[in-house]
Amino acid sequence: MPIKERTEMPVQDPKERIKNFSQVALGYTEEMALNEASRCLQCKNPTCMTGCPVAVKIPEFIKLLKEKKYQEAIDKIKETNNLPAICGRVCPQEHQCEAKCVLARRGQPVAIGRLERFVADWEHSHGKSEVRKAEPNGHRVAVVGSGPAGLTCAADLARLGYQVTIFESLHAPGGVLIYGIPEFRLPKDVVRREVEYVKSLGVKIETSVVIGRTLTIDDLFHDGYEAVFVGSGAGLPMFMHIPGENLNGVYSANEFLTRINLMKAYEFPEFDTPIKRGKRVAVVGAGNVAMDAVRCALRLGAEKAMILYRRGREEMPARAEEVLNAEEEGVEFHFLTNPVRILGDDKGWVTGVECIKMQLGEPDKSGRRRPIPIPGSEFVIEADTVIMALGTSPNPILAQTTEGLKAHPWGGLIADEKTGRTTRPRVWAGGDAVTGSATVILAMGAGKQAAKDIHEYISSGAQGW
Amino acid sequence: MNEILEKTVLTPVTKKIVVNAPYVARKAQPGQFIILRVRENGERIPLTIADYDREKGTITLVFQEVGLTTRLLGRLEVNDSILDLVGPLGVPAELPEKGTVVAVGGGVGVAPILPKCKEMHKRGVKVISIIGARSKDLLILEEEMSACSDELHICTDDGSRGFHGFVSDKLKELIENGVQMDEVIAVGPIPMMRATCEVTRPYKIKTWVSMNPIMVDGTGMCGACRVTVGGETKFCCVDGPMFDGHLIDWQEAWRRVNMYRDEEKVANERCPNCGGVR
Ligand SMILES: Cc1cc2nc3c(=O)[nH]c(=O)nc-3n(C[C@H](O)[C@H](O)[C@H](O)COP(=O)(O)OP(=O)(O)OC[C@H]3O[C@@H](n4cnc5c(N)ncnc54)[C@H](O)[C@@H]3O)c2cc1C
Ligand SMILES: Cc1cc2nc3c(=O)[nH]c(=O)nc-3n(C[C@H](O)[C@H](O)[C@H](O)COP(=O)(O)OP(=O)(O)OC[C@H]3O[C@@H](n4cnc5c(N)ncnc54)[C@H](O)[C@@H]3O)c2cc1C
Ligand code: SF4
Ligand code: SF4
Ligand code: FES
Repeated sequence: MPIKERTEMPVQDPKERIKNFSQVALGYTEEMALNEASRCLQCKNPTCMTGCPVAVKIPEFIKLLKEKKYQEAIDKIKETNNLPAICGRVCPQEHQCEAKCVLARRGQPVAIGRLERFVADWEHSHGKSEVRKAEPNGHRVAVVGSGPAGLTCAADLARLGYQVTIFESLHAPGGVLIYGIPEFRLPKDVVRREVEYVKSLGVKIETSVVIGRTLTIDDLFHDGYEAVFVGSGAGLPMFMHIPGENLNGVYSANEFLTRINLMKAYEFPEFDTPIKRGKRVAVVGAGNVAMDAVRCALRLGAEKAMILYRRGREEMPARAEEVLNAEEEGVEFHFLTNPVRILGDDKGWVTGVECIKMQLGEPDKSGRRRPIPIPGSEFVIEADTVIMALGTSPNPILAQTTEGLKAHPWGGLIADEKTGRTTRPRVWAGGDAVTGSATVILAMGAGKQAAKDIHEYISSGAQGW
Repeated sequence: MNEILEKTVLTPVTKKIVVNAPYVARKAQPGQFIILRVRENGERIPLTIADYDREKGTITLVFQEVGLTTRLLGRLEVNDSILDLVGPLGVPAELPEKGTVVAVGGGVGVAPILPKCKEMHKRGVKVISIIGARSKDLLILEEEMSACSDELHICTDDGSRGFHGFVSDKLKELIENGVQMDEVIAVGPIPMMRATCEVTRPYKIKTWVSMNPIMVDGTGMCGACRVTVGGETKFCCVDGPMFDGHLIDWQEAWRRVNMYRDEEKVANERCPNCGGVR
C-alpha cells in the first residue's frame, strides 16, 4: 500500500504574521486530522511510544481519533499527559515520538504532535471535560513553582486526594509557558485553560510567594505540609562577560521575553511596561529561546533580525519547525560567528557587535564539533539591540535557604533520577531545577515521577526520610 | 491581603501607606524591598520596606509619585488593595553592631534609610543622620528620623529649612570639622549617592549605597537590574540592593535608569488623571 504524504498544517502567511503576535500554526481541521490519523499503521510494537518521555498511548489515541471518538481520544492521552494542548504545540517531536515512528525512516512520520493538539483543542471547543474531584485523603503537599513540572506534580497528587498548594513567585502561574514562550507559538489562553484545569482538581495556587524569601521550605513543613516538590525551573540568565554587555539596548532573552509575554510590553502603552523596539536586532544563540526572541523582535518592528551563532546550522538546538518558521519570516542566520565585544555610542546605547569568525574543530563532550576562533577575523555587525540567549541556570535561592538541600556547582539540585528525591528528607525536585534548561515534556515527566514517589512514600506511612 | 490600612500624605508628591502583608512582615529586614503591581495591565515596580510590624502583619511603604505607577498607587485609598505584592526581596543590609554611622538620606531616600537607623539605634550604634530635600515642603519623616538618631541634620537645596545645600555638602562639613565616623550609609537619587561617595572617597570612609535600577521580576530572572560593582556585573535584586558605593560604576547606573525616558513620558502623558504630579 502506498504511503500517503504527511498532512501539512495551515499556517499564517509569513508576511502577515510578522506583523502580529497571533498563532503561526493554525491547527488541523477535522478533515486534515482524520486524513493524517489514517496514515498511522497501528503498529503491534509502537516504537513511537518509546520516544515519548511520558509514553502517551499514541496508537490507541489515534485509533479513537480515526473513529471520531474525540473525547475518548483526549481521555486516552490524558491518562499519561496532563498538558496535551501544550505538548502538541511545543514538544520537539522530531527528536521524540515522531523520530521513533516507523514511518520516520521515509522522512514522513505520522504528525503525532499535530494530532495531539487537534484533540486537545477539540476538547476545549466541544468537550464537557467533567472533572472528578478525588476524595480528600487528608494529606497536604506543597509545590514550589507553577511551570509544567509543578503543575503536573500537583495535578497527579490532587487526583489521588492530596490537598496541594502551589507557591509561585511571579504574579501569574505557568512558568516558562507564560513568561517565556510567546503567544504566537503557545497562546496564553491555552496555558490559562490548563492552569484552570489543574485548579479544578482542587489545587490551590498562591502567586507572589517566593519560596526562600517569603516563606522557606522549613516554614512549609512547619505549616503542616508533609512533602515538598520543587519545580522552580532554571530561570537565571547567562551573559557572555564581554565588554559592553551592560550598554543600554542589551537584554537577556529572559528579560526581553518576560517584558513581552508576561508584561505584554508589545501592547505598550495599553499595557504599562515598556520595551525598546529595535530596528536592527542581533540575538546571540540558536536554541528555542533565541528563536522566540528573534521572532518577537521582528514582530516589534525590526527591519533586520539576526541570529548570531558560534556553531553551524546542523548544531542549532532549536526545534526544527521554529527554525523553519524563523527563516520564512526573514530572520538572518550568521553561523560560525561569535561576539567578542558590544560597541556603544557616547550616550551608552548599543551601536553594534564586534564578532569573530569560528571554525569547527574536534567533537566535544556533547558530541558537537567544538567552535574555534579564527585569529584576525574580527568584523562588526551593526545593531541597536542585542539579546543574549545563551542559556539559563537554576536559581540558587532554594539551595541557599534550605538546610540539607544540595546543588551541583552549576546550580542544578541534586535529585534521584527515578524518584526525584533530593538530599533533604521529604523534599522532591524535578524539571529544569534539576536538569538545567530542557523541555516541557521532560519537566512534566519529572513532576509525574515525583508525584508517584511522594504518594508511595506518604501512603506507606514511611518515616525517617 | 494587600489592603491599605493607613494612608498619610507626607508632601504633595510623597505618600506613606501601611499595607496588610503578613507574609512579608513576618520575614522583612532592614534593606529589603517588595515588588508590586497596581492594576491588571500594570508594571512591576520595587519599593523599599520602610517599616514593618510583625505582630500586626503590616509593612509601611513610602513612595514619591514620579511616574505612572507611583501615581496610580498614590490614588489608592484606605481599604483599597494593591493587586500583587511580593517580598521581602534582596539581601538584608549588613548593619554594624557598634561605632558611629552617618546616615545620609536624600528626598524619598529618607524612607529606606529609616529602618536601618532604627535597627542600628536599637543595637546601640551612634547614628548621625543627615536628611535633605529640594525645599522644606518636600522633607519627610523628620520626627521618625529624629527618634532614632543621636544627631539629626536637616538640609534643603533652596535653604528654606536647615542647612542651605546638599546633604553631601553637609557630610563634607562634618568630616572637615573632624567628626569621627566608621561608616556612611547613603540612600537617595543616583546623583546624590554619587556625590556622597565622592565626598567620602578621599577619606577612605566605607560608604554603603542602596542602588535603585529598573527591575522586572526581582528574583534574579531577568538581569534588568544589572549594576557594575568593582568591575563585576551584579544583579541588584539578589546581590543587593546595598553595595560599596566606592566600587559602583555610576555613569552606567545613571544611563541605565534613564533607559525608558521616552516611554515613561508617553505613559505619564496618557494618564493625565492619575493624580499626583503632572
Ligand atoms: C523562551 C523559551 C522557549 C522554550 N521553548 C520550548 C519548546 O518549544 N519546547 C519545549 O519542550 N521546551 C521549551 N522550552 C523549555 C521549557 O519551557 C522548560 O524546559 C520547562 O518550562 C521547564 O519546566 P519547569 O516546570 O521545570 O520550570 P519553569 O517552567 O521554569 O517553571 C518554574 C516556575 O517556578 C517559579 N519559581 C522559581 N523559583 C521559585 C521560588 N523560589 N518560589 C516560588 N516559585 C519559584 C518560576 O517563577 C516559574 O514560574 C523553552 C524555554 C524558554 C525559556
Ligand atoms: C530596590 C529599590 C527600592 C526602591 N524603593 C523606593 C522607595 O522606597 N520609594 C520610592 O519612592 N521609590 C523607590 N524606588 C524607585 C521606584 O521603584 C521608582 O520610582 C518607580 O519604579 C517609578 O515608577 P513609575 O511608573 O511611577 O515611574 P516611571 O515614569 O516609569 O519612571 C520614573 C523613574 O523610575 C525608575 N523606574 C521606572 N520603572 C522602574 C522599575 N520597573 N523598577 C525600578 N525603577 C523604575 C526609572 O529610574 C525612571 O526613570 C526603589 C527602587 C529600587 C530598585
Ligand atoms: S507528549 Fe510530546 S513527545 Fe509525547 S507524544 Fe505528545 S508530542 Fe510526542
Ligand atoms: S510508530 Fe508511527 S505508525 Fe506506528 S503506531 Fe506509532 S505513530 Fe502509528
Ligand atoms: S529584577 Fe530581574 S534580575 Fe533583578
